[in-house]
Amino acid sequence: MTKQILSRRSFIQASVAAGGGLMLGFHMPGALAATIGSQPQSTTTAVGTEINAWIVIDKDGTVTLRIPHTEMGQGGITSVAMLIAEELNVDWAKIKTEFADANRHLRNNKEYKVMSTHGSQLVRLQHPHLMGAGASARERLKQAAAEAWGVDRSAVEAKLGVLTAGNRTGTYGEFAEAAAKVQLDKEPEINKDPAKWWLLGKPRQRLDIPHKVDGSAKYAIDTRVPGMVYAAVKASPVPWGTLKSYNFDAIKGRPGVIAAVPLKAVPGKRNQPDLQDAVAVVADTWYRAKTALELMPIEWEFGESEKATTAGYYAEGHKLMEQKGLVSGKEDPQAAEIIAASKKVVTASFERPFETHARMEPINATVHVQPDRVDVWAPTQDQSAAILLVADQLGVDPKTVYAHTMFLGGGFGGNGAGGTGVTRQAAEISKQIGKPVKVLWPREEDLAQDKQRPLAVAKLTAAIGDDGLPTALFTRAAWFTIDGINQVGGATADYGIYNIPYKIPHRNHERHNAKTHIPSSTHRAPGANQLGFVSEVFVDEMAIAGGWDPLEWRLKMTEGLPDWQLVLKTLKEKSGFRTDLPKGEGMGVAVVESHGTIAAACATVTVSRRGRLNIEKVLVVLDAGRVINPHAAAEQCEGSVCWELSHAWTGGLELEGGRFVNTNFDTYNLLRIDQHPHVETIFASSGGTKWGGLGEPSGPPTPPAVANAIYYATGKRIRSTPFRSLDLTWT
Amino acid sequence: MQLTLNINNKPETVDVEPETPLLWVLRDNIGLTGTKYGCGIARCGACTIHVDGQAMKACQLPASAAVGKRITTIEGLSGNSSHPVQQAWVEIGVPQCGYCQSGQIMAAAALIAKRKNPTLPEIEAAMADNLCRCGTYQRIVQAIRRASEIAQA
Repeated sequence: MTKQILSRRSFIQASVAAGGGLMLGFHMPGALAATIGSQPQSTTTAVGTEINAWIVIDKDGTVTLRIPHTEMGQGGITSVAMLIAEELNVDWAKIKTEFADANRHLRNNKEYKVMSTHGSQLVRLQHPHLMGAGASARERLKQAAAEAWGVDRSAVEAKLGVLTAGNRTGTYGEFAEAAAKVQLDKEPEINKDPAKWWLLGKPRQRLDIPHKVDGSAKYAIDTRVPGMVYAAVKASPVPWGTLKSYNFDAIKGRPGVIAAVPLKAVPGKRNQPDLQDAVAVVADTWYRAKTALELMPIEWEFGESEKATTAGYYAEGHKLMEQKGLVSGKEDPQAAEIIAASKKVVTASFERPFETHARMEPINATVHVQPDRVDVWAPTQDQSAAILLVADQLGVDPKTVYAHTMFLGGGFGGNGAGGTGVTRQAAEISKQIGKPVKVLWPREEDLAQDKQRPLAVAKLTAAIGDDGLPTALFTRAAWFTIDGINQVGGATADYGIYNIPYKIPHRNHERHNAKTHIPSSTHRAPGANQLGFVSEVFVDEMAIAGGWDPLEWRLKMTEGLPDWQLVLKTLKEKSGFRTDLPKGEGMGVAVVESHGTIAAACATVTVSRRGRLNIEKVLVVLDAGRVINPHAAAEQCEGSVCWELSHAWTGGLELEGGRFVNTNFDTYNLLRIDQHPHVETIFASSGGTKWGGLGEPSGPPTPPAVANAIYYATGKRIRSTPFRSLDLTWT
Repeated sequence: MQLTLNINNKPETVDVEPETPLLWVLRDNIGLTGTKYGCGIARCGACTIHVDGQAMKACQLPASAAVGKRITTIEGLSGNSSHPVQQAWVEIGVPQCGYCQSGQIMAAAALIAKRKNPTLPEIEAAMADNLCRCGTYQRIVQAIRRASEIAQA
C-alpha cells in the first residue's frame, strides 16, 4: 500500500514541477494541535502504513486521518477527526488530516460509505462508521501487540498512541505494519456513552482556522492550473429559456478573447445539475471574458415563463389555499367541521418569497479534460457526485475522473450532491477548447441562476375552545417548486407545519406543489426555514386569542414530551421572556424541530415610532441530545440565526418578467454587522440515544421569534417577509 | 498596457488594460488569490486590501490608479500571521467558511491602525461594508476588541 501511495504522490509532484501553480496537499509541521493543510488534494500525501481507508500511521507516531467530507465552515474536518481519534485513542497533537480521495471511494464500491456533506448529518448519521474506523484500528493495533508479546488482546491497553501490557510497551507506529495485516473476528462496538469520552464533547479549535487568516486556504475559485483559460457564462435570464443567437463577431477582436461556446439544455432534463441554454465567452483572463460577454449581443426566447412574477405566484398560492390539496398523514374531516361550528376562530394567511444561497464564493468550477484523465475542482458538498456528473457529461469512465477537495466558501445546501450545472459547463467547455477552464459566474449570474428556496404561501385556521386552547387546526400550504416537484431534499410543503409537536385534538394539513420554472434546491434547514415561521407566528396568534401567554401555551401544549419541555423550560428560565414591556419594545419566542434537534429562540427587539427595527438579542436553546465540539457547535448556531435573519429581515428575491431583478448585494441585501443581534447559545442536552444535527436548527425559530417580538413592540402582526418591506410604524 | 505595481513591498509588472480592476490583476495575473471576488460592485468587502494603508475595495479600483501606491494584500499583512488582528482571529476562532475573512481582516487591520480602542459604533461603521454569509459578525467584534489589546500589549 505504501508503495502505491508513493507512486501516485510522485505523479502529482511531477505535475507541479512541470507547471508551478498546481495545488497539492501539504501539512503545517509541528503545531500543537491536529492539522490540516491549506491546500486541497485529490490523492493522499500521508506517509506511513494504511490501517484502513481512514487511518494512516507513520513510524514516528504521526497519524493521518482522511476526511471524506467537505469543510464549508461547519467544522467538518475537526468533527470527523475527533470522532475517529476518540476511538483510536491518539494524542490530538499527533494528528494530521487530509481529504479522502473521492475517486478511490467510487473505485472501491463506496469505500468511505458516504462522502456527501449535507442535512446536518455528519455527526448525527456518520458517527457510527467514523468512530467504528477508529475502534477497529485500535483493536487491530492491540491484536498486533498481543501477538508479538504472546498475551491476550484483552490484556493490552491502547492509550494516546501507546500500547501497554504489564511492563511491555510500544507505540502505534511500531505496530502499524503488523496491525494492517490483522483480521478481526468481530469488529468492536463503539463507545456511545458521553460520560466515558475523553476527547468528544470538549471544545477544540477548528483545524482549518489558521489557513483562513492568511489567505492561504484554497477554494475552488482559487484554482490555477498551467495553461488554464477562463470562462464567463450567461444562461437565459428567464431560467430554461432558449438561446436563439449570439454575435461572437462583435467581441472576438477584444483583447484576450478566445472563443464563445454555446451550451444547450438536454430536452426533458430539468434536474438540479442539468445544463440550461447558456453561452460562455472564453478568454485568457476572467475579467476579459466577463467584459466581452457583457458586450456580446445575445437573443433568447423565453416563452410563457416570462409572465411569472412574485405577486402572481402569491395570488395563485392564495387561490390554492381555498382548494383541497394532498393530505399529509391521515385526513381528519372533523378539523374543518369543528372550526365551522366554533364560536371562536383564528385564521391567517402567510407569504414568503424566493431566497437564494448567496454563498460568498460565487458559483464556479474548473475542469481539465485530458485524453486519459479528467481533473475537477468544484465547490461541491459531495466530491464523488461531482465525479459522476463530469463523467456523465463527457461520456468517460468515472474511474478516470479525479475531484480535488477544496474548502467551500459557504455551502448552505446549495451544492448538495455536487448538483450544480456549472461543473457540467466547465467539463463541456474544457472538452471543446482542449484546455483547463475555470468557469466563474458573475455575482449577478450567481443570484439569478442559483437553485432557489421555493416561494411559499400558507393559510392556517384554528378553533379555540373554552379553555383558550385550540380544539382543531386546519392548515394548507403551497410552495412553488420546479415543475411542481413534491420534495426538495427531504422536505415537502408540510415540513414545519405538519410536524409541530402540539397536541391539538383535530388536525388536518394539505399541501400544494405549484409549478414554477425557477430551479429549486435545499437551503439550510429546508422546509422548516419557510414554514416553521408560519406555524410559530400562528401559535402566538392562537395563544393570544385564547388569553394565553405564548410561552406558557407552548409549555402546556407539549406536556408529556420531555425533550420539548426541557428546551422550553430552559428558554423560560434563561430568557426572562415577558409580554409587559413598554410599547416600542418586545420579546418573542418560537420553537421548531429540524434535523433531529429541537431549537427554541427568544428575540428581544425595539421598534422606533417611525418603524425602525433593532434586533437586540436572540437567545437560542437547543437539544441535540449531545454536543461533540461545543466550540464549533455554538458557531453554527450563531451562524444559523444570522442566516435566517438575513432572509426574514433584509432578503427576498423579487421575480418580475420571469426573472430575478435584485441580483447583487446592492438590492438583495444580506444582514450586515450593524444589524446583527447579540446571539447567545445554550445547549439543553437530553442525552439518551438522540444525535441531532446542529448546522441548521437554530435558524428556523429565529424569524418567528422576531416577528412575535415585533407584535409586542408595535401591535402589528407580521405574516410575511422580508420585514424591511413592511410598515412597522406605531403611535 | 504595462503597469508596475508595488504589491506587498515587491514590484510586479503586468500587461493589462488600465481599467482592469486591481482585484483581477492580483488574482489572475499575479496569483495572489487570498483577495476574493464577491460582488464586483464594492458592496461585500471580500476584496478589501490596503492602498497606502487605507482599506479599499480592489474590485472597483482600476489597476492604473494604484500605480505608485503601496498595495498590501492579506498575504502581505504580516507574512506569518503575527499581525494582532490575525492573532485575535485565531484566538477567537472567527472564520467559518473563511471566504470573506481576508477582507474582514484587512478592514479590521486598517481600523485598529487608526483607532487604538474603537467603540462598538466605530467597529460597526468600519466593518459595515464587509458581508459574512456564515454569520461570524459577533466574533468579528469580539476579535477586533482583542486585537486592540494585543496591539497595545
